Amino acid sequence: MDKTMYFLRAPALALIGVMATAPVWAQTASQNVGVPHNWEMSFQNAHSPVQAGIAGLHSLVIWLMALVTIFVAALLGYCMWKFRASKNPVASRVSHHTVLEVAWTTIPVLILIIIAIPSFRIVYFQDRTENADLTVKVVGHQWYWEYQYPDNGEFSYNSQMIPADEIKLDEGQIRNLSVDNRVVVPANKNIRLLVTSGDVIHSFFIPSLGVQRYAIPGRTIETWVRVDGPGIYYGQCNQICGTNHSAMPIAVEALNDADFAAWIIGAKKKFAQGTTPQYTAIGSGTMTAEARQ
Amino acid sequence: MSEFVQHGELGQIDTHDDAHDHHPNFVNRWLFSTNHKDIGTLYLIFAILAGIVGLALSIHMRLELQNPGLQYFKSGQAWNATVTAHGLVMIFFMVMPAMIGGFGNWFVPLMIGAPDMAFPRLNNISFWLLVPAFALIMMGLHSGDGAGPGWTLYAPLSNSTYQSGPALDYTLFALHLAGVSSLLGAINFITTIFNMRAPGMTLHKMPLFVWSILVTAFLLLLAIPVLAGAITMLITDRNFGTSFFDPQGGGDPVLFQHLFWFFGHPEVYIMILPGFGMVSHVISTFSKKPIFGYLGMAYAMIAIGVVGFVVWAHHMFVSGISVDTRAYFMAATMIIAVPTGIKIFSWIATMWGGSITMNTPMLFAVGFIFLFTLGGVTGIVLSNASIDQILHNTYYVVAHFHYVLSLGAVFSIFSGFYYWLGKMSGRPYPEFWGKVHFWTTFVGVNLTFFPMHFLGLAGMPRRYPDYPQAFAGWNYVASIGSYISAASVVVFLYVLYRTFTSKERVGNNQWGEGATTLEWTVSSPPPFHTFAELPRIR
Repeated sequence: MDKTMYFLRAPALALIGVMATAPVWAQTASQNVGVPHNWEMSFQNAHSPVQAGIAGLHSLVIWLMALVTIFVAALLGYCMWKFRASKNPVASRVSHHTVLEVAWTTIPVLILIIIAIPSFRIVYFQDRTENADLTVKVVGHQWYWEYQYPDNGEFSYNSQMIPADEIKLDEGQIRNLSVDNRVVVPANKNIRLLVTSGDVIHSFFIPSLGVQRYAIPGRTIETWVRVDGPGIYYGQCNQICGTNHSAMPIAVEALNDADFAAWIIGAKKKFAQGTTPQYTAIGSGTMTAEARQ
Repeated sequence: MSEFVQHGELGQIDTHDDAHDHHPNFVNRWLFSTNHKDIGTLYLIFAILAGIVGLALSIHMRLELQNPGLQYFKSGQAWNATVTAHGLVMIFFMVMPAMIGGFGNWFVPLMIGAPDMAFPRLNNISFWLLVPAFALIMMGLHSGDGAGPGWTLYAPLSNSTYQSGPALDYTLFALHLAGVSSLLGAINFITTIFNMRAPGMTLHKMPLFVWSILVTAFLLLLAIPVLAGAITMLITDRNFGTSFFDPQGGGDPVLFQHLFWFFGHPEVYIMILPGFGMVSHVISTFSKKPIFGYLGMAYAMIAIGVVGFVVWAHHMFVSGISVDTRAYFMAATMIIAVPTGIKIFSWIATMWGGSITMNTPMLFAVGFIFLFTLGGVTGIVLSNASIDQILHNTYYVVAHFHYVLSLGAVFSIFSGFYYWLGKMSGRPYPEFWGKVHFWTTFVGVNLTFFPMHFLGLAGMPRRYPDYPQAFAGWNYVASIGSYISAASVVVFLYVLYRTFTSKERVGNNQWGEGATTLEWTVSSPPPFHTFAELPRIR
């Protein structure tokens, strides 16, 4: 994925968004960028270096694997046709062929090595970032996400799914993906993510950004992300966590530096009142957010 | 030599019963059965019934997923309970009983020329433990809100705080019973195969199906106790105030994942290895050729079994294990592709130069090779810890393991079933309807599971009863596919009906010169007691 393409594309999308919707909303004009599309057959477009790496490696692997599958299918088809009993009534008795056996042991090993070398590189690249510009702590709860900003004055807030009957499609909201309070990060900055949970295991999963880590109570797991342009990127909880497992989506909003600085000031005010609600009771998230407004 | 004498004594008893073709009365024969063939039949009937229950659960789920929104389930918990029960029923009560209990019991003694299993009463209790286990799984599904932590049972979701009431305790106890059943079966098979082979049948002359059951039995013997330990700790966490897996008491949820997958990964090989064995026989028989690279085939299964024990944490790439650990488990996982590749290419080489007839068992066997290859290559994709970061727990994983199990293992079960149905029943199955069954199954399962790759790549998480609109298209296609698969099961039941009402009979060897193993030397169906005189293997 060419990075410059997204530098051009995000503003273009934003412009279309501004023209298409109400000016009130245009001030923080953010477009849905990291979303699945109807009849999608492959990855969502990559919007982080990690996901670009994953997508690139996947293209290599999937082509090699497609060739292997086609090769096996072709051999099977050829055998069934060429050696059918009506044409080949007398079967051969060959049951050993050393060269062949060595070949089909070593060639798969070579294919695996071709895959493994770039794969190891990406495994280590995607592990964590050395120089984080910002740390965001993510806490999974039944059934919402809580985001904490330890670098910006320790404020935190909850993020809940917008129920289906309150979804405003004309504002670009998406059923089962849009949330009341998005997690906001600066674009083109290395962000350290610290993921944990307040109850059961959840999974913090954003396909277009190549992010996934379990949120496990009692331990904090580190990963990182660098979003390559402003926009909204969606993900969902990806580890079974109880009855509303499918109703705790993730929405990441990336802003340019100026917008992010402005957001921080507003967010500090908006979310400053309470201390960090580490173990908020189920369902209290929405109420708290409304009360604070 | 003492081994031989012992067999001789058993043989004399057999001769007596054989001559009179003496059958015990119904209760003694079917409830207190000690005969490996009758117990095998019980296992197969049980597997078919459990398979229909598991299928009904999956159709219920596909109805729900056909369109976005919640339509057929009253809550997410009800959905989770169904997901859990579907997985457990299919694994412990369909695939394992069919392959190991059913075909293993029927054909391991026949193929090694033994009069019966080593421990016939143990064999009986192995089967009868499954019946209450299945009842408990159903109680877990239906009592209260249902047991819904997924078949992986991850703590803390499986703690009493989050799965309250007795439902999950029923399910856990069911797993204990099913585990004991498997363990006793494994002990029985290992003893039988090591001690009761006919004179002259060395390990290196043993049919590949027997090899596959031997390796499977060892996997069970080593893996099941770890599961038993893990779920015992879970039961005490739930009921007796311990906190093995509860961080608030100093426990570790990730420890449960390690224990579960130390069992769980060998378990997936337990479900496929007997299939490898059956497919080897079918390919060889219908190509009229001996299996290509027999020793390579046997040792490939052993290699898969051994390496299968050191790859478990590839299920945990996003559980916060260290990056070096991820790198190791990725490398170890990829290595499994090598012995698997040896098997795939050896099957093709067996067909090469053969005189191939495409009867129903062969259709299922060739279908197995193709679909298992497809499931295998997506396994290579997933083995990359880098790529798995974005595919873990998505529908891509669901597609992958249904290709190797629902299409791989089940195709091999059907292949073996058609291959041996004449031997077991004495009647020929209707070839035309067998082929109809194959093609409806082939179309149905591929239509169901292939689109799931697309859903997973696009980012749809598994165990979701509801999803964003963007995922609606492929889910609709998958649901249509599942209805075709369900129709194929109706065809299968019709095949059974036609077979068992058939007036025709088959001879000792239904498949001709290609079928060379010992079960084809006895009548169809075999007498109540076989091998009154032990066969001698050259």
